[in-house]
Amino acid sequence: MALQGPSGAALNEPAWYQAAPGALPELAAVYWRPRVSDSSLRRYGRLWTLTSVAHTVPFGLAAILLAALKPVTIPVSLILLAHAWIIPELYAARGSGVLRRRAATAGEAERTALLLLGDLLDTSARELHGRTGLALQRGALGVWLLGEAGALLVRPGGRRVNCYCVKATGTGLPAADRVAHLLLALRADESGFATVANLAFSGARWRLRRRLPRELRPALEAAAVEARRPRPGDGAASGSAVPAPGDGAASGSAVSAPG
Amino acid sequence: MSRLIRMDQSGHTTLAEWTAADPDAVERAVAAFRAELELGYLAVVSHPDGSAEQVRELPLDASLVIMRRPIAGG
Repeated sequence: MALQGPSGAALNEPAWYQAAPGALPELAAVYWRPRVSDSSLRRYGRLWTLTSVAHTVPFGLAAILLAALKPVTIPVSLILLAHAWIIPELYAARGSGVLRRRAATAGEAERTALLLLGDLLDTSARELHGRTGLALQRGALGVWLLGEAGALLVRPGGRRVNCYCVKATGTGLPAADRVAHLLLALRADESGFATVANLAFSGARWRLRRRLPRELRPALEAAAVEARRPRPGDGAASGSAVPAPGDGAASGSAVSAPG
Repeated sequence: MSRLIRMDQSGHTTLAEWTAADPDAVERAVAAFRAELELGYLAVVSHPDGSAEQVRELPLDASLVIMRRPIAGG
């Protein structure tokens, strides 16, 4: 199948995609993006932190300086401190928005879709989805929480969370089907999935948790607990890049089995 | 019995069922598979161990093959 660009013209498949039979075909639509790996995620994380610091520290310093030079300007200093606090909060709010749920559909289609999704998930992930609408999946990059139109990646250790906008194309799909679409794509090619998805936020879990709807917080906590557990194969291979499908013996799923 | 299903607006639809011992059923399944690819669907084999694999040809020995829509960054 040839993917099409906005103009309708077929997109050329880059050489690495042709050489990797297990890779997500959707990568052809974002051929200019380098494949996401563990090291690139660490780099993005540091950049996000640096950006946050650059946004907040000048406000904080200016607030302190003003208050020290002219105590009468303390109200202005307080406004500056509020800015320093609000900017990262707005970023976190943007991140939490990727898990926004659409109006629930309780029809036959939703029930049928839930049956399929239930078959794909293990018992604990199925139970968590029943409570929160999010599917938990452990991968090589961390622990994923998949929603209808977005995904969270809790990085190993559980302190940093990346939020991604990503969804199944097409209209009218039941919510559980939308989650199943993301789950299958993730299981087929985790680094490809992270490459196709658009990063909306990367930051501290505690900051994101405050912005999440209350009913979704247990899923984030469950993912953090899972992310603190050692990854299978940790040790000598710790911190290694995620194998892409087609990379020798790693061909196939880059994501570990549930349970 | 192997199944080819498509995730769609009805939840999912079974497109074909086959066994390797039934050539007619296999032929129908392959035809249905190719027709879905032509429509823009992508094929994934879901393995019992919880992994999945992107495929471009119908794997006749797979127990479940799922046709899905492409995903895209929002």
